[in-house]
Amino acid sequence: MTDALDTQIDLWRAHMERRATVTTTDVDELEDHLRGHIETLTAAGLSEDEAFLVAMKRLGSQDDIAHEFARENSKRLWKQLVLGASEDEARGTRASGWLPAVLFAIAGAALVRLPLFGDINGWAGQAYARAAGVIGVAAVVAYLLWRRPSGRTMTISVAIGVVVLGGLSLMYPLHTGGDAFISTMLHVPVAAWLLVGLAYAGDRWRTTEGRMDFVRFTGEWVIYMTLLALGGGVLMGISALVASAAGVDPGTVLAQWVLPCGVGGAVVIGAWLVEAKRSVIENMAPVLARVFTPLFTLTFGVLLIVVLASGHVLDLDRSLLAVCNAILVLAAGLVLYSLTARSDDATTGWFDWLQVALVAGALALDLLALVNIVTRIGDGGWTFNRTVVLGANLILLANLAVSAWLLTRVTRSEAGAVLRLERWQTALLPVYGAWVLVVIVALPPAFSLLHS
Amino acid sequence: MDIPRDLVAASATPLVLTILAESDSYGYAIIKRVGELSSGQLEWTEGLLYPLLHRLERQGHIEGTWGSSETGRKRKYYRLTADGRAALADHQVQWRTVATALETAWTATKLNFGPEGVFA
Repeated sequence: MTDALDTQIDLWRAHMERRATVTTTDVDELEDHLRGHIETLTAAGLSEDEAFLVAMKRLGSQDDIAHEFARENSKRLWKQLVLGASEDEARGTRASGWLPAVLFAIAGAALVRLPLFGDINGWAGQAYARAAGVIGVAAVVAYLLWRRPSGRTMTISVAIGVVVLGGLSLMYPLHTGGDAFISTMLHVPVAAWLLVGLAYAGDRWRTTEGRMDFVRFTGEWVIYMTLLALGGGVLMGISALVASAAGVDPGTVLAQWVLPCGVGGAVVIGAWLVEAKRSVIENMAPVLARVFTPLFTLTFGVLLIVVLASGHVLDLDRSLLAVCNAILVLAAGLVLYSLTARSDDATTGWFDWLQVALVAGALALDLLALVNIVTRIGDGGWTFNRTVVLGANLILLANLAVSAWLLTRVTRSEAGAVLRLERWQTALLPVYGAWVLVVIVALPPAFSLLHS
Repeated sequence: MDIPRDLVAASATPLVLTILAESDSYGYAIIKRVGELSSGQLEWTEGLLYPLLHRLERQGHIEGTWGSSETGRKRKYYRLTADGRAALADHQVQWRTVATALETAWTATKLNFGPEGVFA
């Protein structure tokens, strides 16, 4: 081939590579295609220039190609929207203006603030603590349902789900600060967040893609919430300093108004930011996953050494066991999150091996925790707390064991292994919800923890 | 003959899997083979083929590896996996069912429009 043709193809490459939805390897493959076609045409007697033009014409307009690649390369709606999607794709998502988000945020702030008008040291305060998860996310659910209308049945089901969950969290008379009370407080947010997932994924909640989108949403939302919390914290600190200097006590206003309203509003603003400013965080997510996976792997190693060195492998301190559990949940979350940050054409590399190490470490820690819980149950019998922890650890064990096995297949570059891992991880989401319901609804009466 | 877009899309997966069952291949050769198999009636665009190949790869039905062409150019070759073979078997049963149903119905009602005959 001549230099002139190479120049023309290079120009075409440069144009193609500028498309956000077409990766460099995609262009490599298309270039091979283009050159193959040109060779066939020149062999049939066309000049190189003519062949190039015919092949280009055949390849279709760059917009069309970029659009078709976008469907496959990104399961993300926004890229299709940026590209100027066809009508059927654009339908189902409303404009991402800031005004509706702010209105929903105000509603969220009001929702979080209102219960505080009641007797906060008495019944109202108790109910507030138990249903906090539902109260906190109700506005996000409403915002998402409004933002991505997904059929009346879905909307009504999710709305009913929120009300029912609120009811369930308050159903039993529990001792304030008792075991059942605290575990309800900790578990309700998980179920509430799954309702957010339903509102977010809509009718796509049954599909792996829909659920992965929700996981991605969750990860990005957490990042935005952290940033908002940081900013809010600094603002509150400055306000407190200024107020104190002026001789006014800012404590009441900050604690009873600014903080609850800020949190109630921020959850909605966070959700809006995820939707509106997607491409910003999209580049950050893989970086964060790569930064934290090694750190967590290291933490697991240290924790294991600490536990083994303590010489109390079979009777771990209660608080150390609690720390183990918290960190295990985080690790499971991290594995799930780094899956969303994985690009489709990623090749196997050190990061996959690191993930295997992370999951292996988590698995060891989980087994250790399980042995301890079972020993405790054997020595002291079943209690509410032990049952809750045992259940959570068994789910984690299944999660980590299967993930470890699938991850080793990913490291061997097995075809379809990543998809299998995605399927497994997202299939667990409803399981978490089911377990939360067991903890909230079935266990307190089973252990006679109800107030008489 | 103008084959509707839906029909082209529906038959694309089994066609690609079949062509890769014949032998390992790459994008441009697959499009050429589709043309040969359909006597030039099916004309696929690149926008149809490559995203489809990538989707099948992600699903584990086919496996892609980078190699080089006879002239030393970078080229991505695709190979059918065991999963892909199983999927192809399913496709074959499904398409045979549809084709047989249509053929049986046409024979029973003596409908014959095609190039071979006139409407009886």
